[in-house]
Amino acid sequence: MASPVKSPGHVAAPGIGGVGESPLRPDGTLKVAGEFAYASDLWMDGMLWGATLRSPHPRALIRSIGIGSALALPGVRAVLTHEDVPGRAMFGIDHTEDQPVLAIDQVRHQGEPVALVAADHPETARRALERIAVEYEVLEPITDPRAVVADPEGLKVQDRGGITRYQPVRVGDVDAVKGRADVVVSGEYEVGIQDQAFLGPESGLAIPAEDGGIDLYVSTQWIHNDLKQIAPCLGLREDQIHMTLAGVGGAFGGREDLSMQIHAGMLALHTGRPVKMSYNRYESFFGHVHRHPAQMRYEYGATADGRLLYADVDIVLDGGAYTSSTKNVVGNAASLGVGPYEIPNIRIDGYGVYTNNPPCGAMRGFGAVQACFAYESMMDRLGAACGLDPVEIRRRNAVTQGSRLATGQVIESPAPLAEMLTRLEAMPMPGAADASDLRNLPGGVSQTTHGEGVVRGVGYGVGIKNICFSEGFDDLATARVRLEVIGGEATALVHTAAAEVGQGLVTIQAQIARTELGVQKVTIAPADNQVGDAGSSSASRQSYMSGGAVKAACEAVRADLLALAERRLGRADLAVVGGKIMSRADGVLGTIEDVLGDAAIERTREYHHRPTTPLDPVTGQGRSHTQLALCVHRAVVDVDVDLGLVKVVELAAVQDVGKIINRTGVEGQIHGGTAQGLGLAVMEEIVVSDGLVRNPSFTDYLIPTILDMPPMRLEILENPDPEAPYGLRGAGEPPTLSSTPAIVAAVRDATGRALTRVPVRPEHIVQGGS
Amino acid sequence: MDFLRPLTWEDALAAKAGRPGALPVQGGTDVMVEINFDVHRPEALLDLTRVGALTEWDTTDGRLRVGAGVPYARLITELGDRLPGLAQASRTVGSPQIRNRGTVGGNLGAASPAGDGHPPLLAGDAVIEVESAARGVRMIPAAEFFVGVKKNALAPDELIRAFWTAPASGPQYFSKIGTRNAMVIAVCSFALALHPEERRVGTGLGSAAPTPRRALDAEAFISGELDWDDRGPLAESAAHRFGELVRDAASPIDDVRGTGDYRRHALAVMARRTLTWAWNDHRAATAGREAS
Repeated sequence: MASPVKSPGHVAAPGIGGVGESPLRPDGTLKVAGEFAYASDLWMDGMLWGATLRSPHPRALIRSIGIGSALALPGVRAVLTHEDVPGRAMFGIDHTEDQPVLAIDQVRHQGEPVALVAADHPETARRALERIAVEYEVLEPITDPRAVVADPEGLKVQDRGGITRYQPVRVGDVDAVKGRADVVVSGEYEVGIQDQAFLGPESGLAIPAEDGGIDLYVSTQWIHNDLKQIAPCLGLREDQIHMTLAGVGGAFGGREDLSMQIHAGMLALHTGRPVKMSYNRYESFFGHVHRHPAQMRYEYGATADGRLLYADVDIVLDGGAYTSSTKNVVGNAASLGVGPYEIPNIRIDGYGVYTNNPPCGAMRGFGAVQACFAYESMMDRLGAACGLDPVEIRRRNAVTQGSRLATGQVIESPAPLAEMLTRLEAMPMPGAADASDLRNLPGGVSQTTHGEGVVRGVGYGVGIKNICFSEGFDDLATARVRLEVIGGEATALVHTAAAEVGQGLVTIQAQIARTELGVQKVTIAPADNQVGDAGSSSASRQSYMSGGAVKAACEAVRADLLALAERRLGRADLAVVGGKIMSRADGVLGTIEDVLGDAAIERTREYHHRPTTPLDPVTGQGRSHTQLALCVHRAVVDVDVDLGLVKVVELAAVQDVGKIINRTGVEGQIHGGTAQGLGLAVMEEIVVSDGLVRNPSFTDYLIPTILDMPPMRLEILENPDPEAPYGLRGAGEPPTLSSTPAIVAAVRDATGRALTRVPVRPEHIVQGGS
Repeated sequence: MDFLRPLTWEDALAAKAGRPGALPVQGGTDVMVEINFDVHRPEALLDLTRVGALTEWDTTDGRLRVGAGVPYARLITELGDRLPGLAQASRTVGSPQIRNRGTVGGNLGAASPAGDGHPPLLAGDAVIEVESAARGVRMIPAAEFFVGVKKNALAPDELIRAFWTAPASGPQYFSKIGTRNAMVIAVCSFALALHPEERRVGTGLGSAAPTPRRALDAEAFISGELDWDDRGPLAESAAHRFGELVRDAASPIDDVRGTGDYRRHALAVMARRTLTWAWNDHRAATAGREAS
């Protein structure tokens, strides 16, 4: 059966461009021209449309589900409930299967899937959903995460409780030094629920296969982890599911958890027909996990000259009803809870809790974002209390190579934070806004000011993010590389299961193959499960991990190629350079094509990063992260202090990426991560009352536009990490951490307001306390 | 759902008379979104895009008559000099794509309290021309057009033909609060128009009450306060009082876009600022004439 989708892998990477260059993305032109096939564009003749009935209540018992009326509607082919799940009734992303495929006897969050419909037409499916009669007994939702921490046994959302994970971190003796601090500052901070807001909604196509299995085309972040969850629920072996990545329109963590995968599979198996599911924007807000909202209490003590003595920290993250990745998010928030600063005495209590609020899980920055807003706000408070400017207070306490993090882990690779701050501070400042163009002013063309009330502010932010998975997890990556002559030209075929989610991985994979093999032509095969696990496109890890795997596989192919050349040419002093077989003594002897002839060389390699250890459950000590990355931001804002409207004038950043594999790509990551942090700072929030989402639309969930995101000044440093391929350091997440506190600090600078909650709303500026 | 596609205005009126439940659609920027999200299931759609007369505007006896189907983008480019307040409001509507499709007629049909076109129509004393096959044309002043939340004064068999308004005889301003700098629904908005020949100030409030409305006490106060004869400077205390009266004319709610308190506060600020801009422009225009 022909593949129904044109994926990025079908487009040969064009032109020259090895590691360090910025070749065009193979999918770039298609995306800009609107011709790229996303998962929502999947189509197959004769396919049915799946739809999901979701709970309107955050917490309720299900008394009965009546499907007769829906089934009777002409054009409806199936109506399924939890009783129809062929295999295991529960699934979960992180070895914790506590989420029902379809609700069983109760619902625990608004939007929880209750029943499925397959019909000939999407409208028919929608009409059928209305005919499903669900009798609910509505219960009072549990929505206060602090109350759950206080009474985990009394406020159980599900059998597990309670508290998802409690992770303490203990260094030194906080109580013993509290009296010795010259300066003590404290604060309570709150982070609202941010959404990934990817533009391509959850979509996919499930096709019954001839072997009784399923062909699944889905936009996801991690094919093999999806399979581990899908197969048992569908009652299939993993090898009976043929899974291919469909075009992904953004992910940011929101596609790590399953959405429609099992549902479409159930409908396809039940009907024997291909089934497409595609959420609309409203449904998408209920179709994936969000960033954990956080409530945080911080107290810092320092000497009079601003050297940190102790940190006393309490972080509560609300994960919603199911476990998802909350445990790992708590691990990050706790281990990175005081950021990249040297503090001799630390007490951190990190909690993740279950509630009936919207489910939360992975999102770019993953626990480190929430803590970063708090610890950076604290550094500003401390600086003010010590009479030091924001850069100096940070520099005085900054980690460097050889420093210990809160977990006791020594930073073994370069971490030049003080130098980065000095570079940032030295960057030129933007001039005054040209008020003759309204777009330069707060409010833009909405014309709320011609300059009246506008005050400039400057703020700084620093963030540290772990790269790759942590706490003992071996998140390996696999790559298969095949070298052969096609149409007279040596061509490398790179095959991984790694998800291209918009970050540019397919470009980088081709660059690595060109550099390692000296070929021009590289084809990236569609990502699927015909090759081994690539791990997730998350944790800023794919350049490192799948990049490392492609490099290793290419090296193996190159070694075989040289062995072949040595055999055929009868000499042993050979190297592959620029597509030629070179002899050290005699120069070019021939081309790769000459040596290969009709032969094909194919090698598969697994790549593992240096192992990490779990965090001690009592002390929070451990070498839990394999790589750490720093980014620093300076924000310049103009605030209309009378109306509380903010125009971010400029964002400057310094980030150390170890090695620039693709400058355009890494700049894009820093721009995009910064923009997402800007969104959290001043506009992005899923507003929830009593467990109900009040703004599930792009009308009222606002993400930054081009008029909100300012130009950036970037300095990208290349201090290599000797443990990583090419010395690179993951780059996607760090800028998402530090831009938020930098912007809020700048708004504080302009307004004098305390601003302890993000996103900052106009009324906080106009009416908030100082 | 039936899809009616009249070619002429007369056919459109006949279609609406025959199917009062048919929902008119022009740019589709509101109607189609709601249908796609299944908010409404009208029994029929009445597509007005083929009725060419709706996309024309002209001047009759010194007054502009603007067809209900003229999109925001054309209001900006073709009428920005004569209807500056409405053009400024149009510039804040959605994105360029939306402004190419969306129309004031559609805005009036939806009659949302947040409709960006409404406040300048109120401030500019616009009159809405509506028509039915049975009873012919009816002229409804903008201030009487909005009768409830998303409810207008149209009878079930009536369609919006155009709006009438005089070209600006003095400075006009529109100001709108949104929590991002483009593509945002009004948290609240304010329009102001000076009518120097009538020695009067017009106002319009958006997203500040169940319907768009004028701030009548504020209009009366400031119209009496301004130095129309000599165009003397605007007293700060008068601008401040004007802002308070505009604020007091509002009855906003707390919702996901903002609090009622913030809306009231912001209206006072916008009223003060737009009045100051307008009066300064008015004075500068005089100074310019005297200098030349």
